[in-house]
Amino acid sequence: MALPPLTRRNSDLPLAKDPTSRFLMGLTALMVYLAALALAGALLVSDMTSRWDSGLAGGLTVQIMPLPDSAQADPLEERTEAALTVLRSTPGIATASVLSSGDVGRLLEPWLGKEAADPLLPMPRLIDVMTNGPVDTAALSSRLTSAAPGATLDDHAVWLADLRRFAGAMHLAALGIVALIGGAGVMAVIFAVRSGLAIHRHVVELLHLMGATDRYVARQFESHVIGLTLRGGLTGLLLAAGTLGGIGHAAAGLHASLLPDLATSPWWAVAALAAVPLAACLLAALTARWTVLRTLESMP
Amino acid sequence: MIRFENVGLRYGTGPEVLRDISFTLPPGSFHFMTGASGAGKSSLLKLMYLALRPSRGLVTLFGKDMARVKRTDLPALRRQIGVVFQDFALLDHLSALDNVALPLRMGGARESDVVEHCTEILRWVGLGNHLNSLPSTLSGGQQQRVAIARAVINRPRLLLADEPTGNVDDGIGMRLLYLFEELHKLGTTVVIASHNEALIRRFEHPRLMLENGRLHVLPAHASRWA
Repeated sequence: MALPPLTRRNSDLPLAKDPTSRFLMGLTALMVYLAALALAGALLVSDMTSRWDSGLAGGLTVQIMPLPDSAQADPLEERTEAALTVLRSTPGIATASVLSSGDVGRLLEPWLGKEAADPLLPMPRLIDVMTNGPVDTAALSSRLTSAAPGATLDDHAVWLADLRRFAGAMHLAALGIVALIGGAGVMAVIFAVRSGLAIHRHVVELLHLMGATDRYVARQFESHVIGLTLRGGLTGLLLAAGTLGGIGHAAAGLHASLLPDLATSPWWAVAALAAVPLAACLLAALTARWTVLRTLESMP
Repeated sequence: MIRFENVGLRYGTGPEVLRDISFTLPPGSFHFMTGASGAGKSSLLKLMYLALRPSRGLVTLFGKDMARVKRTDLPALRRQIGVVFQDFALLDHLSALDNVALPLRMGGARESDVVEHCTEILRWVGLGNHLNSLPSTLSGGQQQRVAIARAVINRPRLLLADEPTGNVDDGIGMRLLYLFEELHKLGTTVVIASHNEALIRRFEHPRLMLENGRLHVLPAHASRWA
């Protein structure tokens, strides 16, 4: 009795059995893993910078230290009031408010722990200043020092600029790493496709003689490479998700809140990470097509 | 259909294996191609199915000068030529049906049509029970019939066969040649390369006889006694 006709379409080229298939899938998994980590690093730095930027831009901090020889100086409260008077009379300053001892304790908690709230610790007074125009920080600093000895002015703009430069460098480094990984991926695909063409040369020639267009043959390689890189890419992404989850868990254990929480990343950051295997897949497919078309050009 | 004018062919820098080949095959004709081993039969067939380009001379196929045809137009021309290769050239990992389906799929046929037509033609060549069989599980004669089914599935205008009776006994060989006769009656131009004189002499067809790289065209009545 005749069997029913085949309904499932096999590829004309037996590429799935090639030894390069497993190699390409493993390599894609590794590359997507590394690229996802590099991208996650860049996103974390970006998130951290924007959080600090939005929190600190347009602001100054005045710190009034407890002086060791308090007998020769005004008490801390008086120096704080003097500093507030100077600040409120300075053009360009919108608000100046003293942080409570509790707020200062919370700021120092990452370094000192819960003991930061101990009232016996000699804590400085901090004044949070918001500006609404240009401020001559050098003159203001001088006036503050003379009105309230032990007062120092911290201009956020200076170290925010350093922070932005650092974040920019980190972004460039991450992009460079992703580009290098992409380049290595392209070379791996070219190698795998050329190997496939060499192994199956007689089949490719036969298809060519039967009237297959170059595009038809290229599609066979594209489908094969898409399948491999998609599987490899998803594996790499899962591994990267596990690693990032582990890092997030470890960072949460620091009770430091210095690092952004990965679990609360915005949707676009998650989408960017999820797009890494898709981007790898697309790049591999385009590379496979280009390699096959270039190679087949030499056939009559 | 096919016109060769002073065609020469050499491989690399070697000597010419085909010299001053000139002939015309009208549409719907049937020719045998004969010659001793190494006379150039396969090379001449390769020129006809566009696997090779001539070193010199003019090849016209379906009214088109092959020297002027763009590379991108060649696949469509090749799909009008059915070839039965000497070694069958079946793809081992594909079933009989998928092997036969190759030309249709290349031409972009709908999958439902592909299955229907391939099933029909495999039944026609007596392989209706082997649609899903891999070539390695088929006998030489069965493989040959799959190769023939693949060559004719696209209803080619030109059918070329390189020693199609080379691997089968005379009985099956006769049946294959009658199969080609039927296709010829449907209007297909047929060229069969063979060195099986006994079989060839049973048919009244002109002959392209190759001798030391040169071609002699013998008419049907002379061909019978060549």
